[in-house]
Amino acid sequence: MDAAMKKNLQKIACKVRMGVIEGTYNAKSGHPGGSLSISDTLTYLYFAKMNVDPANPDNSDRDRFVLSKGHTAPALYSVLAQKGYFPEEELKSLRHIGAMLQGHPCIHIPGVDMSSGSLGQGISAAAGMALAGKLDNKAYKVYSILGDGEIEEGQVWEAAMFAAHYKLDNLVAIVDNNGLQIDGKITEVCSPEPITDKFAAFGWHVITMDAHDFDSIEAAFAEAETVTGKPVAIVQKSTKGKGVSFMEDQVGWHGTAPNKEQYDQAMAELNAQLKELED
Amino acid sequence: MADVIKKATRESYGEALRDLAEEYKDLVVLDADLAAATKTGIFKKAYPDRFFDCGIAEANMMGVAAGLAASGKIPFASTFAMFAAGRAYEIVRNSIGYPHLNVKIGATHAGISVGEDGATHQCNEDIALMRTIPGMTVINPCDDVEARAAVRAALDFNGPVYMRFGRLAVPIINDAETYKFELGKGVVLKDGTDVTVAATGLMVNEALEAAKTLEAEGISVRVVNIHTIKPLDKELICKCAKETGVIVTAEEHSVIGGLGSAVAEAVTECCPVPVVKIGVNDEFGHSGPAVDLLKEFGLSADNIVKKVREAISLKFKTAKAD
Repeated sequence: MDAAMKKNLQKIACKVRMGVIEGTYNAKSGHPGGSLSISDTLTYLYFAKMNVDPANPDNSDRDRFVLSKGHTAPALYSVLAQKGYFPEEELKSLRHIGAMLQGHPCIHIPGVDMSSGSLGQGISAAAGMALAGKLDNKAYKVYSILGDGEIEEGQVWEAAMFAAHYKLDNLVAIVDNNGLQIDGKITEVCSPEPITDKFAAFGWHVITMDAHDFDSIEAAFAEAETVTGKPVAIVQKSTKGKGVSFMEDQVGWHGTAPNKEQYDQAMAELNAQLKELED
Repeated sequence: MADVIKKATRESYGEALRDLAEEYKDLVVLDADLAAATKTGIFKKAYPDRFFDCGIAEANMMGVAAGLAASGKIPFASTFAMFAAGRAYEIVRNSIGYPHLNVKIGATHAGISVGEDGATHQCNEDIALMRTIPGMTVINPCDDVEARAAVRAALDFNGPVYMRFGRLAVPIINDAETYKFELGKGVVLKDGTDVTVAATGLMVNEALEAAKTLEAEGISVRVVNIHTIKPLDKELICKCAKETGVIVTAEEHSVIGGLGSAVAEAVTECCPVPVVKIGVNDEFGHSGPAVDLLKEFGLSADNIVKKVREAISLKFKTAKAD
């Protein structure tokens, strides 16, 4: 990836993270930790990978995205706002009564391809979309991000079996391996490890990547393009809370909103990162 | 009298899917390793490229159906009622109901008439579960003719539909030539003034049989077929409440949450009259031949006759108390 493109993506990702903080702070609830860990990947997908157009969100040839780990909706909403699906201002009313932006993704929100949030379900819907693409001989791809805790849900493995059986090579599932879930470390709660081996055993092509390095992200999605006859699982090594020093790798920031002081500090840090990128 | 022709509505379901596939190009069928029993195998044989076996994984099947519908297909997700409405309830609610996707759920082997398989497979709760999901349409056809018509009506309707079919062969009571299915509209099969029997599914035929006996006793019975339990034909139910003063409901389902509950909910708002519910009482079923079980659990013309007599005395008691 050339330097200018990388810098541009880093800047957008920084703004996406600010949207996450803005949204959860104003909502006084929500899930900043897992939103921040997927912010770079979402930025890459929406700004460098997926064939999507905010002016024509229902185009049947578009690539699809399903946020299976739906509680990290603040990141999805933030990237959709950056992309121009709706004004950034909407993020401030996240989770409010009468607001468009629901606590978890809702299909009626511009740019959201599937309602999700009850864990383990998004991946099945993504597989259905991929199957429809095959039936219609369409070239679109379907991307879905799952949590590493989420894959403890049995439905994920039903979907994994299905996608491999039907050779859905137009489906790319990204597992956000930040290592933490509500009750603690995934390896201590009820370990889903080894994640890569499990997907490989289910007949998927497995790729690993560094979720906060755009070169690594680009290489992983480029490899995914070359795979035929199998669905692709990208296991991304990520840091929960990435980009905000006091949230990084802290399980407590799974589902807690920042207070005013924390909000100010987080925004100051992100503004400093953005300024550095713009200099 | 000519011999009564019997057919299981699951058979009608499989045949209807096959017969409508040419006309509805987006129709695809999913099953969860039960194609031989749900009769989607009939469709599979004719359209193998549009049939997808999901294996014994109903949760994923419902999610895949949601994704197909979100991409313009009209998927019929098929399995036993126990697994469609029971096991996969939350996926049906959150992945199909909440986004209001155009998924059709073909649930076969509903009710006690599953027979020998026993309680684990006798789903008497599916209507209750499905009708609590906002925007879900719930259909329970009474015979072959109605079941076929219901499949077409589901295809013509944009939104999630739960269709309930039976394992047991039941008499064909509607005339295929003249029958018109209107989603959400009850059908008055026989007029009467003393009591209304509102029945659904295989209990419709039992209600008609019961009415004959009761008429001979001088009781004028109105028989109404409620094929669509949601949205319920409240207008018709309230009209019956006003005109006959008492309603007996009959369904092959728990008395908690099904047709009986839906009718009671409706009349309490428009015209409170006694509602006597016939269905499976608050208990599990058990193994046995379907016909014997139906009798044992009171899902018979004989029991309708008995309950109608009770209902009428209840009607007069209530009237006196006024």
